[in-house]
Amino acid sequence: MLRISRGQGRWRQVVWAGVAAALLAGGAGCKQKMSYQPRYDPLERSETFNDRSSARPLPAGTVARGFLRDDPEVFLGRKENGDYATEFPFPITEEVMRRGQERFTIYCTMCHGFSGYGNGMIVQRGFSPPPSFHAPETREKSVGYYFAVITNGYGAMPGHAHQIPVSDRWAIVAYVRALQLSQNASLDDVPAAHRSALDAPPPAPMNSRSADPHSANSHSGGAR
Amino acid sequence: MAQHFHRSMNTIAKVSIFGAVFIIGFSAWLLLEVNRSSNVTNVGIALPQPVQFSHQHHVAGLGIECRYCHTSVEHSAFANIPPISTCMNCHQQIWFGAPMLEPVRASWKSGQALEWNRVHNLGDYVYFNHGVHVQKGIGCVSCHGRVDQMQLIYKDQPHTMEWCLSCHRNPAQHIRPRDQVFNMTWKPEDIGETQAALGARLVKEYNIEPARKLTSCSTCHH
Repeated sequence: MLRISRGQGRWRQVVWAGVAAALLAGGAGCKQKMSYQPRYDPLERSETFNDRSSARPLPAGTVARGFLRDDPEVFLGRKENGDYATEFPFPITEEVMRRGQERFTIYCTMCHGFSGYGNGMIVQRGFSPPPSFHAPETREKSVGYYFAVITNGYGAMPGHAHQIPVSDRWAIVAYVRALQLSQNASLDDVPAAHRSALDAPPPAPMNSRSADPHSANSHSGGAR
Repeated sequence: MAQHFHRSMNTIAKVSIFGAVFIIGFSAWLLLEVNRSSNVTNVGIALPQPVQFSHQHHVAGLGIECRYCHTSVEHSAFANIPPISTCMNCHQQIWFGAPMLEPVRASWKSGQALEWNRVHNLGDYVYFNHGVHVQKGIGCVSCHGRVDQMQLIYKDQPHTMEWCLSCHRNPAQHIRPRDQVFNMTWKPEDIGETQAALGARLVKEYNIEPARKLTSCSTCHH
C-alpha cells in the first residue's frame, strides 16, 4: 500500500512538472521580445541624449546628397541680384495646376479660404486675417514673393517650409495665380469651347474632406 | 486485498478521457480570443496623452486636412506626428492662453519634444511602409476608422497579422481611387461603381502585386 501511493506521488510530480514547464514556456512567449528590438523606431524616446529624443537635429551646414540648394531662384524665389523671381522655374502644366490646387486646399485654405479672400475657418475663429489675394497690391506681387512668403512666413503667418516641399510651394503659387485670374476675368477670357462648362454645377473639391453634415453639425455648438 | 479506487473513478476516468478534447479545444479558443480582444490589441481604447487633442474638433469642426499635420503619410514609411511648430502655426494666436495647451507652449519654449503615447505600434519584426499603402489607394478610414469623429484618438482596427492578411489576400475589396484616399466618407457608389468591379480595375491600374506575393513572409518581415 505504501509502495503504491509513493508511485502515485511520483506520477503526480511528473504531471505538475509538465504543466509548470508548459506555463513557463507560454509565459516566456508572451514577453514578445522580438517586438521590442534594441533599435529606435522613428521619434522614439531615447535615454542616451539629454533631450530624450532619438531624432537628432542636423548639424549646421549638413547637405543631403542630391539636395544642394544652389539655385536661389528655385529655392529662395530670388534672382541672383536679390530681386524676387518673376517667372516660374519650371513649365506650368495642367498637372502642376492640379497639384497646386490640391496642396492649396490642404495647406492654405484654413486661413486664406478656398477662393483666396482671406476668410478661412481659422480666421473666422480669431486668427489675424491675411490680405486677400485679389486686392490690387497683392495681385501686383511677383511669383518669387509668394514663394518666399510660403517658405519664410510673413507677419502672423509662420513659414511652411517644413510642411510643404519646394516643388509643391511653386505649384501652390501657380494655383494662386489661377485664383487671381478667376476672380478678375470676363466672359471673353474663357475660350468659346469651354463656356458651356460655366453653367455646370461646380465640381467637388479634389480632396473633399469630411463632408459628413452630421459630424459637422454636432460640433457647431462646441467652437472653442 | 482492498480496492485502490472507488467505483466512481470509472465514470470520472471515462469523462476525463472524452472531455480532454474539449478542454484542450476550449483552452486554444480562449487563448485566441484573448489575443484578439481589446486587452491585447487596444482597439477602442484611448491611451493617456499629454494633451487632450481632439481630431473631431480639428478635422470635422475646422476642416483641417489630414496632411496639414501628417505631412509624410504619402511618401514616407513612417507616418509622422507633427512637430510643435505645426501646432503653433495656429496656436500662437488661437487659444494661446488656454491651460489645456500649457504642455504645447512649454515644449515650444524649451525645445523639449512632447511625448505622446503611440497608438498604432506594430512589432519591431514588421517592416510596415505607410507611403506605399496610400499610393496604392488604401483610404485612411480603412485602417484608422472615422478619425474625424474621434474626440480622443484610439485604434479602430486590431492591426493583427490576421487582419493585415485579410486585405493582402484580396486587396480589391479595399482599394479606392488615389484622389479619395483622404476622404472619410467616400463610397464606391458615389461614382456609380461596385467595390468588386472598381477594386479589380484599380488593382490592375495601380500594379498591385498578386496575393501570392503580398502574403509572402518576406513582404512584411524582411
